[in-house]
Amino acid sequence: MAKLHVSTTVNGEPSEFLCEASDTMLDVLRGPLGLTGSKEGCATGDCGACSVTLDGRLVCACLMLAVEADGAEIETIEGMSQGEKLHPLQQKFLELAALQCGICTPGMLVAAKSLLEQNMNPTETEVRYWLAGNLCRCTGYDKIVHAVLDTAAEMREAAR
Amino acid sequence: MTGSLMTDIRYLAPHTLDEAVSAYADAAGAARILAGGTDLLVQMRSGMISPGLILDIKKISELTEISETPEGGFRVGAAVSGAVLAEHPTFGKVWPGVLEALNLIGSTQIQGRASAGGNLCNGSPAGDSVPAMIAAGATVTVQGPGGRRDIPVEAVPVGPGRTNLAPGEILVSFTLPPRAPGSSDAYLRMIPRTEMDIAVVGCGVNLSMKDGVCTAARVALGAVAPTVVLVEDAAKALIGSKLDDAALEAAATACRAACHPIDDKRGTIVYRTKVAGVLLKRTAGIAADRAGRS
Repeated sequence: MAKLHVSTTVNGEPSEFLCEASDTMLDVLRGPLGLTGSKEGCATGDCGACSVTLDGRLVCACLMLAVEADGAEIETIEGMSQGEKLHPLQQKFLELAALQCGICTPGMLVAAKSLLEQNMNPTETEVRYWLAGNLCRCTGYDKIVHAVLDTAAEMREAAR
Repeated sequence: MTGSLMTDIRYLAPHTLDEAVSAYADAAGAARILAGGTDLLVQMRSGMISPGLILDIKKISELTEISETPEGGFRVGAAVSGAVLAEHPTFGKVWPGVLEALNLIGSTQIQGRASAGGNLCNGSPAGDSVPAMIAAGATVTVQGPGGRRDIPVEAVPVGPGRTNLAPGEILVSFTLPPRAPGSSDAYLRMIPRTEMDIAVVGCGVNLSMKDGVCTAARVALGAVAPTVVLVEDAAKALIGSKLDDAALEAAATACRAACHPIDDKRGTIVYRTKVAGVLLKRTAGIAADRAGRS
């Protein structure tokens, strides 16, 4: 069967690819597009390691068909830093050692960025619920939650 | 490459319902509807299903819109995601129980995609939005080769994974009725964790209060029978009462009597039956508080 042609925007850049109808967005990101920052943990939407945004909304790339990206805007972890300049969340995760093995980190960062874009002043509870779909088996979450809260505080200060 | 789900699958994303119904009927059972995909893609990946056609309904405006009906109710497209419904300026104020039930499903990521239509058509007796929709007295509009029809939500599920939709019929939208003053609703579920789990028991209560007396009520339970069940005897026990202990106990007894659950790793028959009564009391209390109890 002929492959499907998809025209999309990935991290602000126009992008085209061919895929099977059954390919997930994660298959295409990590395969043809070579964007391996999004991780496959569970492939069933439980772990959040493949978190991306689709037209600004946080989703699991494993639970989205690649063909659904046609005409849409996808943002991945690769679009988070501006060149060498890390996003404040990335910087804070490093400073506070909010990661260990790193597999969950891209998804955590994409999800946390999505939270701060709609809520600059989240409570700890709000952070924990927002990130409930991002599993981390190393850190115990505390450092991650503190990093997100600290980043939010700094970004609010910077925006004053 | 993480491996494709399946080969030789076609994908269609029609812009009109007529096109979708026609393609769905032509596929004669080989097609699956794609709304948020949070159940479909998991089922495909596990090999549980292998559709010949994936029919994406999200480009059809009627399936993705939220509107207020002329009578003062709401019409919610079957593919509207939990996150989108939560952002609606008034829906959650009028139907807080329906919204909290839909928003309990999965993570933030899942909420970005998962819909009440998918939750209903997936046919799980534990689907969280279903008891709340049934308690709300919602109806669904379905369209198939034979035309359109409206049916109550409680008439849709017939067993685990099975619905009453005829071959070729597509779930279009939910219609929630207008609200009398002093009305509200609530949904609670019992899960062993605080988030991200499947209901051991779910309970939706929708009621109206006037001068401290319950004047109308609907009660539905999830995860205690092969389908979500409307518990009319529980509603009868509430209606006409001041939601005093005796009325709540009578309603709880009716809920326990409506339970025909399974024993599984999430809960035993005895436990689920007991919890159904407990949840009824708590959920009715929340709904009454929201309604102002006056």
